[in-house]
Amino acid sequence: MIAVELFKLVRRLRTWVSIGLICALPLVVAIFIAVTHLAPPPGQGSAFLSAVLNEGQLYPAAALALVLPVFLPVAVAVMAGDSVAGEASSGTLRYLLARPVGRTKLLVAKLVAVITFAVLAVVAVTVTSYATGVLILGPSRAAAVGTPPGGISGSIAPGAGGAPTAGLQPGAAITSLSGTPLTTFELVERVLGAMAFITVSMLGVAAIALFLSTLTNSAIGAALGSLAALVISEILVTLNAASAVQPYLPTRYWLAWIDFFRQPIFWRDIQRGFAIQAVYVVVFLAAAWANFATRDITT
Amino acid sequence: MITTQNLTKRFGHVEAVREVSLDVREGDRYGLLGPNGSGKTTLVRMLLGLVYATSGSISVLGEPIPRRVSRVLPEIGALIEEPAAYPHLSGRANLRLLDAAGPHGSRRTRRRRVDEALEQVGLAGIDRRPVRAYSLGMRQRLGLAAALVRRPQLLILDEPTNGLDPRGIRDIRDLLIGLNDSGVTVFLSSHLLPEVSALCTRIGVLDAGKLVLQEQLASLQEPTGRVLVSTDDPERAVATLDGLVEHRDGADLVVRSPDPAALNARLVEAGVPVRSLSVQRRSLEEIVLEVTGAGSDQFGAVTPGGATPRNPPAHGGAPRPPIPPAPPAETP
Repeated sequence: MIAVELFKLVRRLRTWVSIGLICALPLVVAIFIAVTHLAPPPGQGSAFLSAVLNEGQLYPAAALALVLPVFLPVAVAVMAGDSVAGEASSGTLRYLLARPVGRTKLLVAKLVAVITFAVLAVVAVTVTSYATGVLILGPSRAAAVGTPPGGISGSIAPGAGGAPTAGLQPGAAITSLSGTPLTTFELVERVLGAMAFITVSMLGVAAIALFLSTLTNSAIGAALGSLAALVISEILVTLNAASAVQPYLPTRYWLAWIDFFRQPIFWRDIQRGFAIQAVYVVVFLAAAWANFATRDITT
Repeated sequence: MITTQNLTKRFGHVEAVREVSLDVREGDRYGLLGPNGSGKTTLVRMLLGLVYATSGSISVLGEPIPRRVSRVLPEIGALIEEPAAYPHLSGRANLRLLDAAGPHGSRRTRRRRVDEALEQVGLAGIDRRPVRAYSLGMRQRLGLAAALVRRPQLLILDEPTNGLDPRGIRDIRDLLIGLNDSGVTVFLSSHLLPEVSALCTRIGVLDAGKLVLQEQLASLQEPTGRVLVSTDDPERAVATLDGLVEHRDGADLVVRSPDPAALNARLVEAGVPVRSLSVQRRSLEEIVLEVTGAGSDQFGAVTPGGATPRNPPAHGGAPRPPIPPAPPAETP
């Protein structure tokens, strides 16, 4: 059944269109920056964006920071929201269940397909933005543009808010947010870590949307419902008055992937981020299962 | 093959299916009839484990449903209301996908089974066009093919000839009769009486969720003990038959007589010019209308209690022909 869901995923035009759109945003941003040479000043704007003019190889990190807050969760919510509700409204759900496909099996296969989609999207963004960074922004142009070397990012303490930036040591090696240089191997390792963390960060949304998808036969309703939950979460994360519930919000640790670019890696928030997503997945998958397994399929 | 006992399904306050005890035997071509909204689809969905019964029990192929759906459903081909397919994939790809999704669909034989099923329903020549581009009739045939891919021993088909043209309807009827001859039990629901009449050996009639009739079609359509006579001299015929004429409508007479040959001889002897003479059998329409109330989708037909009021018996209703059920004493 999982193979069948993956086949359906890759054979759907929508999958590739949404991945294309997700990849297009960083490309557009890169073109603007390359043409104008106006990157946001350090500490402002999207994470890593201030550094990419100097270091094109950092562009994957900047690109991930660009798609994380809206594009990626919207695409994941649409996919997951459609997964059961879409089949219910098109009538294919009843044929799958009468085939028979176990209801639990179907839910798991749907979740696997959504996760696969998130992985595909994150990998596609990373690969295309690396190419974009190298080709459009160019590798290590620090000397050429004459930025003051080093130090610009050292001011950010681990766990502090705000958009961090990465800087450059004089010479070539890319520096971590903590100011110490990273080898190419370390950089690859950390980008992979960040990709994994961002993918996992999407699991909470996916589980919420999947749950809503079993409640309604409207795919769009399920997608919008889960996005509403995310917007509420993002608002509460910035609200001091809501500090009591903040540790439990699904988006609270979304930015923790930036900690992969510190030296050494600052694990606390990363671990909490993984943990909170695991909790959301368990809770909402259980709810989705409890609802779906006992529901009358009347469409 | 299918037995249900006092099967009841309530959706909120609406009782969609009430105390239905269905009995479909091996080798049957069983037609479940009933007006729209009488609970046919809900009943079919319960047999397939899609809708859970409020009370009562279901057994299909000797196994309890929904507990053993994973054992039973691979042996069943089903069409549930309209067919459904992924519109961006071809018909072949859809059938292969559905076959791969569940158990008992051997990958080795998949290609051959899919091609055979498509041939059976008359879609052997389909190309790689996506289902999006199919006509209504092609979709219906594809839905039937999907039910046949695993060569099931039992077919559960909800409105199988929906959307087909007359030729398509006959093709499918011939296909189902052929499959039945080779041992497949066919259970279908329909509100098209001529279709069921031409296809089924046994019928059940649902009315407002209740099974009001379940019988072999042949025994329902036994001669009624009356003969329909058409003559140019009805006066003399009435005089000759002396009290055996139950009903007269111009030149057409309904005569109570168990033996049409003797009746014919008697009329000819008396010099009555007989134009036609035939044994009266009840049509399926008469049988069904007699046991059902107003259609459940008829507005205003439902009383506040939720029950559908029954029409008066058939011979009381003006538009219906005056045909009472066969009196058992008069069969020769």
